[in-house]
This record gives sequence, structure tokens and C-alpha cells, in this order.
Amino acid sequence: MKIKNNIAVSDNGFVFNPGSGESYTANQVGLDMLNMLRKGEKSAAIISFIAEKYEADPAVIEKDLNDFSETLKQYHLSQHEEL
Amino acid sequence: MATKHRYERPMIKRLESNMPNKFGMRTEFEPVTHIEGVAVSQLAEDYGSPLFVISERKIRKLYQAAKQSFESRYPRVQFAWSYKTNYLTAVCNVFHQEGSWAEVVSGFEYDKAINNGIDGTKIIFNGPDKSEDDLRKAVTNNSLIHIDHLDELYMLQEIARETKQRPKVAIRVNMDTGIYPMWDRFGFNYENGQAWDALNKIMFGGQMDLVGLHTHIGTFMLSPNAYAIAASKLANLAQRVQQKYGHEVKYIDMGGGFSSRNTLKGAYLPGVDTNPTIDDFAEAITSALMNSEYRPKTPPLLILETGRALIDEAGYMISSVIANKRLSDGRRSTILDAGVNLLFTSFWYDHKITPAQEFTSYTEDTVLYGPLCMNIDVVRENISMPLLNKGDKVVIHHVGAYNMTQWMQFITLRPKVVMIDPEGKPHIIRNNESMDTIENLEQIPDHLAHFEL
Repeated sequence: MKIKNNIAVSDNGFVFNPGSGESYTANQVGLDMLNMLRKGEKSAAIISFIAEKYEADPAVIEKDLNDFSETLKQYHLSQHEEL
Repeated sequence: MATKHRYERPMIKRLESNMPNKFGMRTEFEPVTHIEGVAVSQLAEDYGSPLFVISERKIRKLYQAAKQSFESRYPRVQFAWSYKTNYLTAVCNVFHQEGSWAEVVSGFEYDKAINNGIDGTKIIFNGPDKSEDDLRKAVTNNSLIHIDHLDELYMLQEIARETKQRPKVAIRVNMDTGIYPMWDRFGFNYENGQAWDALNKIMFGGQMDLVGLHTHIGTFMLSPNAYAIAASKLANLAQRVQQKYGHEVKYIDMGGGFSSRNTLKGAYLPGVDTNPTIDDFAEAITSALMNSEYRPKTPPLLILETGRALIDEAGYMISSVIANKRLSDGRRSTILDAGVNLLFTSFWYDHKITPAQEFTSYTEDTVLYGPLCMNIDVVRENISMPLLNKGDKVVIHHVGAYNMTQWMQFITLRPKVVMIDPEGKPHIIRNNESMDTIENLEQIPDHLAHFEL
């Protein structure tokens, strides 16, 4: 999944989409995932980073990352995937 | 190795700057980690989850405050614990230790009060279903029998005739107190003359002692003035009996129905801020009685059958998160291990629910479901909750009334109930059900004992 290039993300979790004018707030784990997705990191790398930083089971992180990605799609913060 | 951070599930939320909350309501995400000084996590570990927890200290505090509200306004007051609200023996006995009589509405509850050691003369027997055996027992024990209908009145007269005993009776009166819905299915109506007719039948019959008048105008009442109207009407009936027969009724029983601190579904503001207090009800009732024209030699005893308002706040439910899901429209849903099978009152109230561990300030609008494989099992349709993980605990507040009597053994078994004493020590007051609890009541016909698949 790729995040739109023009999405602005602040250090404290404030997210702005200049295309729609909508603002969002993300918690720290969401911010970490969002920043890695913006860098184009793959799921496996994100899960491993989060598991290293936080006390959580990788299976739980994977489930949550999938759910988080769905939310990003719903908010139109992700780029259209090429078929 | 560096210490890892506490994990919280990832969350991103759109900022809705165009929809301010005009009521300025605080979201309920401040954690309640302890109940009466005992850690919620410890209670769940020791006694399981879900778990009902009752605070003995809180019951006594609520009772004493209510008693003071009435006694500071009226000289003769007696509370009678409403068994149907919560008839766990430990709960009943806290009220009895405080001085409450028993108010029962069935033969089962009557026997329970007797088993609890209540003297028959201190049992108020209400309800539409009293069998002949129940009535004979109550007459022999000199209990206060509140007659619900004429069939019961005639049956009591027959028992009195046959046994040469004089039943101590009151009639239950229903009436228009200006509220909707008006309860008219119990007792005799005031406005159409049924109540006066029943009183005349008792007085002319001469076989029973008319000792009181009773009403119970509704449930979760939000209007103290309705009680003022009801008290005036009962006092008026008492005065008419005094005028016509020179007979003084000894007590006026205003029943129960006072609201607790819960928030009714559909209410804009939380019940804790808007519902009347016991003081409001006490002021309305006692003023109406004292302002009435009824002037016996001794002021009638004012009996109150308050249930919910004296126990709701003392009851908590500890529940665990089974899973988090996302619904098709993007809403968060969380499944708890306690549902409507245990929390009957979640059909009526938007219960206050708080997490039992620390969280960040991030919240999500969440639907809270119970564990049943039934669509009706919704604990809260919409609540702003912190980011709960599987296994996290929540505390559901103000569940002391009706849940532990109306709970259902449906799909799963009922859990333990624990009471925390004033010293902070938990005691099991009702054990959890097991397969034996259920199967011991069943019998299998021989031809259904075996099968092959």
C-alpha cells in the first residue's frame, strides 16, 4: 500500500490531506505505521519494527496493520493500487 | 535491552470540526482500575470474568442517605427492601441489618424473606400472584398483605372466615399522577371508584384489619411531583375511611420507582446530572402527606419500597474484551464477555462503561457487543471508548438493580457475584453456574437416552 505523496504528517500525529482539506489525528502506533507506509516499507518490515519497539505479538500487529490500512483507504489517504 | 513501549492498536480519526458537541459531554475513558480499593485485574484473576461486584459500603451509604432524607422531613419512616430488585441473601441482609423490612411479590420471595430470618410481621406481601397457600401462610404470620384484585380480596375473606384469623391488609391503589404511561394494571383504580369500593368491602366485611394504603405509580420515575399527587390521593382515601368508619389506617406505603443515577436510552444528558435525587422525592412525598387533610392521632407510618435507587450504584460488572472488529460501514466494534444475558438493564440504559487500565487520550466511536450469537446482544450502540485490546478489562457501572434477578441462563452460564465488605475484603456471595447446575434439573426419557450418528 502506498500513501498519497501530498499527505502532510506532523511529529505529534496531526495528518492533513491538502487534496480534500480534511485533517486527521493518529496515535503513536498509527503514526509509526503511517510514516513507514509513506516511505514505501512493506508489511513485514513494518510489523518487525513495531514488534521491536512495542510490547506486542507480531500476529496482533499484523491484524491491526491490515485494519489500519483499510481505514487509510476509507479516508482516501492511500494511492490507487495498480491492478 | 531497552524497555518496550506499551502497545496500543493503531488509530487514525478524522477531525470533525464542523460538529461541535453542544452539550460538552465528557467521554468516559478515565480508567476505573479499582473497586473499593481492590484491583479490577485481581478480581478478574481470582473470580473470573465476567464478574458482578457489589460494594457493601456503598449500599449502606445509599440506604443511610435515603433514610436521612425522609426522616429529616417526616417523623415516622420505614423502608422495606424490594426483593425483586436484588434478592441475593447477602444483599438482603445488608438492608435488613440497616433496619429494612422485606417487600416481596411472590410466594418464592416470601419464603426467601422467611428463610433470611425476617419476622412475618415485617414482610409486605405485594403482587398479583399470591396462591391460597401463600395467603394462608401470610395470614398466619401476621404479614402485611397488599390486595391486588377482588379475587384475592374474596379469597382472603374466605380464609379469615375459615381460620378465624384477622388478616392485616392494605389495598394497592393505581391512579393518574400526570405521568405517561399510567400504571393501571396493579391494584384498584382511584379515579373510577374501584379503590373506594374495595375499601368499603373490607370495612363492611369486618373480617380483616385495614392497616394501610399502598401505591406504586411507576418505574424509574423522573417526576417527584407525580409522587406528591399520589401521596395526596392516598391521604384523601385515608381521610374518607376515617370520616366514614372512624378507622385510622396505620401506614401509607408509597412503593418504589425512584430513578437511580443511570441514563435512560434516548436521554440527551447523563442521568447522574439530570435525574431527581432522593431528597427531591422525599420533599414531594412528605410535603404532600403533611399538607393533606388526613389528621389521625398518630401520623401514619410512611413506608418506602425503594429498590433501584438504593442498590444500582453499588453494583459493578467486570468484563473482558474478547475481540475487536470493524463493521461494514467502518465503525469499530468490540465484543465483551458480558452481554444482555447478564445485563438485562442494557435494554433500558446507556450504561456508563470505563476501561480498567490506563490509556492514551485517543478514543474511537465504538459499538459494544456482548458474547451471544444473537443480534440483540448490544451493550452500547455508540460509545466513545479508548483503544481496547483483546483481554483488556472494562467496568460497567450502576448495575446493582434487577440484573442479578432478571439475568438469563441463555447460551452460556451465569458468573460469580462477589461482595466487597467495608474493610475491602471480597466474598463470593453467589457461585458461578456449572453444567451440573443446568443438567441436574433435566430428565431424559429412556427412549431418548442413546443415539447413533
